[in-house]
Amino acid sequence: MPRRAIRAGIARAVSAAVAWLRAVSGDDAYERYLTHHARAHEGPPLDRRAFYEERERRKWSGVSRCC
Amino acid sequence: MNKIAGVLLAVAGAVALGGVALHRHEPINALWIVTAAVCVYALGYRFYAAWVAARVLVVDPSRATPAERYDNGRDFVPTHRWIAFGHHFAAIAGPGPLVGPTLAAQFGYLPGTLWILVGAVLGGCVQDMTILLLSTRRDGRSLGQMARDELGPLGGFAALIGTLLIMILLIAVLGLVIVNAMKHSPWSTSTIFATIPVAILVGLHLRRLRPGRILEASLIGVTLMLLAVLGGGWVDGHPLLRGLFDWPSLPLAGFVIGYGWIAATLPVWLLLAPRDYLSTFLKLGTVALLAVAIVILHPQIRMPALTSFIDGHGPIFGGRIFPFVFITIACGAVSGFHALVASGTTPKLIASEADVRLIGYGSMMLESFVAIMAMIAATLLDPGVFFAINTGAGVVGSAPAAAVHTISSWGFPVTVGQMQSLAHEMGESTLFARTGGAPSLAVGMASIFGNTFGRGLLSVWYHFAIMFEAVFILSTLDAGTRVGRFMLQDLLGHVYAPLGRTSWYPSVLLSSSLIVAGWGYFLYVGVIDPNGGVNILWPLFGIANQMLAAIALSVATGILVKSGRARYAAVTLVPLAWLAIVTTVAAWQKIVSPDPRIGLIAAARELSEHLAAGALPAQAAAVAPQLIFNQRLDAWLTGLFTAVLWLVILDMGRVCLRKLRGLPVAASSEAPYQAARLQPFAISDRMPQEGST
Repeated sequence: MPRRAIRAGIARAVSAAVAWLRAVSGDDAYERYLTHHARAHEGPPLDRRAFYEERERRKWSGVSRCC
Repeated sequence: MNKIAGVLLAVAGAVALGGVALHRHEPINALWIVTAAVCVYALGYRFYAAWVAARVLVVDPSRATPAERYDNGRDFVPTHRWIAFGHHFAAIAGPGPLVGPTLAAQFGYLPGTLWILVGAVLGGCVQDMTILLLSTRRDGRSLGQMARDELGPLGGFAALIGTLLIMILLIAVLGLVIVNAMKHSPWSTSTIFATIPVAILVGLHLRRLRPGRILEASLIGVTLMLLAVLGGGWVDGHPLLRGLFDWPSLPLAGFVIGYGWIAATLPVWLLLAPRDYLSTFLKLGTVALLAVAIVILHPQIRMPALTSFIDGHGPIFGGRIFPFVFITIACGAVSGFHALVASGTTPKLIASEADVRLIGYGSMMLESFVAIMAMIAATLLDPGVFFAINTGAGVVGSAPAAAVHTISSWGFPVTVGQMQSLAHEMGESTLFARTGGAPSLAVGMASIFGNTFGRGLLSVWYHFAIMFEAVFILSTLDAGTRVGRFMLQDLLGHVYAPLGRTSWYPSVLLSSSLIVAGWGYFLYVGVIDPNGGVNILWPLFGIANQMLAAIALSVATGILVKSGRARYAAVTLVPLAWLAIVTTVAAWQKIVSPDPRIGLIAAARELSEHLAAGALPAQAAAVAPQLIFNQRLDAWLTGLFTAVLWLVILDMGRVCLRKLRGLPVAASSEAPYQAARLQPFAISDRMPQEGST
């Protein structure tokens, strides 16, 4: 029983770490956008590529990297 | 319970700091420094940051943030605090905290370490957190806009000019660092060259093949980068290929300049964005690995606590410990540049005001810890070796025997054989006069990694460290050129409207060329300078960065006073006063000091006298006029920085005095209060839930 709890704990930690990495890198940005779009907007959302391009353009038109 | 933990922490910190300060005549262990640092950060975060957030900034979790109010699923997105922390840290952490402490190690390990800790906890972290909260309260406005709104047009203009100049100097000095790491090193050069096609491949993958699958593309890219490090070793051993990548610094500078121009005009998805993903992963991975390795290895620090160079005759850069240690270490203690990020992307991600302590104060603490690790990596080297790598040929001579003799005469014994076998171990032909900090940091990192994870791979670890720094630097170079271009286009738009259109190609070409010409000039002069160039450029960059921090702290102080919190103004006023003193004294000495190792005018005068007397060898005489011009130009620039700094401070003082006398001041630009409705959410949640109404 405790072994199962440990295994579940490890699995939870790993999935949280993966979720963190995906979110920090922007890997799940499109899915987040879709969820937002479904909730707040009507009409078709951008497709994956168009969203990616728009996101990169926006990200790199301000100060997003430092010394 | 919390109080007991706090007291224990304070005791541990005091013991460790005492250990660091009192271990004078015997080598100390790096663990003392790490422990002292961690305790100082923990105390700063637990007590000072909490007090500043609650009392001074009056952080209000019941107040809706712009991310909640304008949530558009794109730039305004309420984000879990640990994810926003990751974003913010990745944005503020660059090569700065790696280079500064390495150079400042010429004073010994103690001054730089103390400044990194004190400067961060009382200055840099406070600045980052304050600007982050102020911008969050103002719909994510930029530092320049806040300066204009709250102080007046002068402050806004100063922030703009300051940012533009700092960008140019930063890129030039980083370009110089990378050129010095590549010169006559086929392994480094071929590895760094190979990272460019790797980034382009990742860019194509992300746009054409599998749009937006950043994690998988980055994994492929990082693997290819590691293979590029190994491939560089193969190139280095190949008789024909070796010659193809063995270049002196001037053509390499030309390459960096050409690369910067091309990269700035290409679409972002092709080169800049993918390389940034790779550098972010490398950054997070290497920082974590380095921390683990330092704790496992807990090396002895071999540099003395203080060296005799605190009196101003240091070989890496001239100038006394005061003010120059505070100028040399900007990033890692206080970095004005962070104020631009803290008033840019990050405030639009803040889900709750309660998060600004972790994201603003906490990210800077981690960056400061990176600087501490760089200091450890520099000071665990034999001091003689450290000085042999970091001192320019103009100071100790280009012949190894002469260099070794001079450095040993300073009391730091080193032999030609020792340097040769070290260079051989690192897979380089020579490590003499590799100024700029990157090679000595790489030697330090290689010995940490090599001794922790298996010896014999030293040369691979060395070139991994060089690649890691290069990827950082190329990212900054490319992103900085682009930001500079946008600012210039904004300025030029006032002269001729079409030039302000960021997507009009002639304007893109013109403004990119101007920015690249700006930093390319300083890079070129740095390369032809026999003293290595870093000794002039780095202090100039430090002054510019501290000036920007002073502008940010002026804006913060002005807002505190205007909002009726004058009695807490010391929180930002004390670091501001310290930075103003430090930058002004440093600028004054850089301009008027009669010592040509410090004073720019004196150096120009000495060089022109030598030139006129025919005392220079032909090669030096050929470049002397350009060096003389550059030293005078740098003196003017330093004066300009100081003037801008004091104009902003006086403007802030004017606004504060008016407020304190009850006279009208510009209205606060703070967005009106709106109640927050967001519920707390987990990292893996797609979107935070709104409260039921």
